Amino acid sequence: MDMKFSVEAEAFRAEVCDFINDNLPDDIRHKVAQEEMILPREMMVRWHKILGKKGWSCPSWPKDQGGAGWSDEQHYLFEREIALSDAPRPIPYGVVMLAPCLLEFGTQAQQEKFLPGILSGDELWCQGFSEPNAGSDLASLQCRAVAEGDSYIINGSKTWTSEAHIADGMFGLFRTDSSGRKQQGITFLMIDMKTPGISVTPLMTFEGTHEVNQVFFDNVRVPFANRIGEENQGWAIAKYLLGLERFGTAEVGRSLASLGRLKKLAAALSVGEGCLRDDPDFMNEVARVEIALRALEVTEQRFLFGPGGSDAMGAEASMLKIRGTEIQQDILELTHQALGYAGQRGQDSGSVLQIAGITPEKAAMAHYNFRKTSIYAGSNEIQKTIIAKAVLGL
Amino acid sequence: MDFTFTEEQQLFRNSTRRFLEEQYAFEKRAGVLEQAHGFLESHWQNFAELGWLAMPFAEEYDGLGGSPVETMILMEEMGRNLLTSPYLATVVLGGGIVAEAGSEQQKSALLPQVGSGELKLALAFAEQGGGYDLTQIRLRAIKNDSGYLLDGTKTTVFYSVVADKIIVAARTAGQAGEREGVSLFLIDRDAAGLQSRDYRTQDGGSASDLDFKAVQVPEEALLGREGQGFLPLQRVIAKAAVALCAEAVGVMWAISEQSGDFLRTREQFGQKLGSFQALQHRLVDVYMKCQLGQSLVYDVVCALGQQAGEPFGPELLRKVCAAKYQVGLDARSVGQEGIQFHGAMGMMTELPIGHYYKRITAINSTFGDPRFHLRRYRELMIQDQETVA
Repeated sequence: MDMKFSVEAEAFRAEVCDFINDNLPDDIRHKVAQEEMILPREMMVRWHKILGKKGWSCPSWPKDQGGAGWSDEQHYLFEREIALSDAPRPIPYGVVMLAPCLLEFGTQAQQEKFLPGILSGDELWCQGFSEPNAGSDLASLQCRAVAEGDSYIINGSKTWTSEAHIADGMFGLFRTDSSGRKQQGITFLMIDMKTPGISVTPLMTFEGTHEVNQVFFDNVRVPFANRIGEENQGWAIAKYLLGLERFGTAEVGRSLASLGRLKKLAAALSVGEGCLRDDPDFMNEVARVEIALRALEVTEQRFLFGPGGSDAMGAEASMLKIRGTEIQQDILELTHQALGYAGQRGQDSGSVLQIAGITPEKAAMAHYNFRKTSIYAGSNEIQKTIIAKAVLGL
Repeated sequence: MDFTFTEEQQLFRNSTRRFLEEQYAFEKRAGVLEQAHGFLESHWQNFAELGWLAMPFAEEYDGLGGSPVETMILMEEMGRNLLTSPYLATVVLGGGIVAEAGSEQQKSALLPQVGSGELKLALAFAEQGGGYDLTQIRLRAIKNDSGYLLDGTKTTVFYSVVADKIIVAARTAGQAGEREGVSLFLIDRDAAGLQSRDYRTQDGGSASDLDFKAVQVPEEALLGREGQGFLPLQRVIAKAAVALCAEAVGVMWAISEQSGDFLRTREQFGQKLGSFQALQHRLVDVYMKCQLGQSLVYDVVCALGQQAGEPFGPELLRKVCAAKYQVGLDARSVGQEGIQFHGAMGMMTELPIGHYYKRITAINSTFGDPRFHLRRYRELMIQDQETVA
């Protein structure tokens, strides 16, 4: 048992750090450091292209498709250093979700048509899974795709669709058969967002951010050529997709960066003659979350680098999502709490106040916005049920 | 980065588990607890043959040169099977302090005997009113012509009742609360003037309160150098705290698995208890606590292995505190959940769960409880931040 990385891995880590330091634009770093999870499209694409020049924009892809051909250690260290340096998360839906599905289930023609735009960053995707009546119970989705000629005609809606307002395409799950088990009549389709009949309605989250949307389909025509896999076989692809995330689900690097900011803030916030850091009750909270984060970090490393490596990881990965999001929420809430009165300033307060690099109204937004993390990507309760069944046999 | 065990470590775990499952199956526990000190004296030689007693010591002292990983494996397995024995007292604490503080001659004389099972040791460090603070040593050792004269008391000395020799932390200079002036003495358990009040502990083990009334020891009784005893004591207690964390993790896994077995089989309202989501999610919480505790133990054990022979820096001490805090807190909650899962049966002495819970509670009040370690962690964390700034 050895928790040190190899000399080669450390050299790679140094290379990643140097690259980020030399190439990450300040305006982007600043935005990420304010805990903004979803960046403006321009920033996402700019950073994606910077990484692309180095061959690092889609590292997990096969090497001949533009991937980096890294080991598990390298993937882990790359994600970690990206997060620690406040570089943006990877462009989520195309790079991390759709592309692996295309590579696993797509035809040669589909791969040739869709992968280049994802690799270059010029085509952004969104994910059409959830519906007004199909959230945690995803398989009960009802948005219909009816075959007609060489196409499907889609009617219905998708909701909580992140980035639908900036995306060029949507991949998603659609109901093609209602006769059997609900998992059986689902088909995986890719849709051009410019197709007539699609309308996107913004949904505002309570902190005032426009990230998610409801997408309506009114007789939207999607060619058969845009179907991945066979008709009614979409559920298997969705399960493959949901099981993909091995690296970074716990967002340990992000939380370490946020925790570092919180500790600096506590030292910078005056309280009487001293600072917030002199308050043992507050600092006990910080210590608790730091210990919890270390436990999570090592747990993630154990799952990735234990017997069998990352391939052996099964439903245990769900606990990384549960604890990762809980800890993230704790840190951002503590950061907001630490600010006291200053944390009450609204978005339009025109404030230029900054304490240890933290803008109070941004800290408030981050606290509120990150309440979503324990809900999205399979709520933490769903994750617990997965562990209960798959790991504990209940 | 590698979290796999070597083949030798795997074999060691297997042989340890096999012995404990055969000899310390829960049905036999009542019989073990009936023994004079809650411990089967006749098994001590088996422990030696299994390599337990010589495991952590260097080969030059007839030891097996095991790393902190081997100690972790052993303690986890002992926790799973609720072994009560003088292992921690003799090997981790007693042998540990001889290895840390003793002269070459003392190590050569004592450690081979510990490893072979001929010699049992105990470490007397805690005092009434001192809490978990290792600097709170009032027991005086005053130098005289014949050596040192010891006066004072020690409390909760684990298994000194079966020990041949006791190592005592005494003050040769300074005041309680100071690190300087702490010295270690190796004394016979039947030394004149030493009175022992022996008692059984809640978890089935044994401990004693010791009263030193003008106990004269020769100069050779000094273990290591006069006044230099604090750092070795701190190191040994830190290592022993880690060992207890590993034991607690073994206990937690056992509770998690046994609770899972119960929920998968017990029926109420015409269905398995495990089909109720309220219980499913709670067992998942228990499972996650086991995994997270395991991780913190691995973390500190790896750090201990890398620091062998070097002074313990604040970073390592912080890992010790992190583990002892979090594992202690979570083991307590896992124990309480375990009792609750079993319903009224969970309150019965015929079930292991209550016995596990008592062991967890004892572990939490040994070498510092979760609150103590969170405070120390916080202090070290702030110091670290100040140093960086």
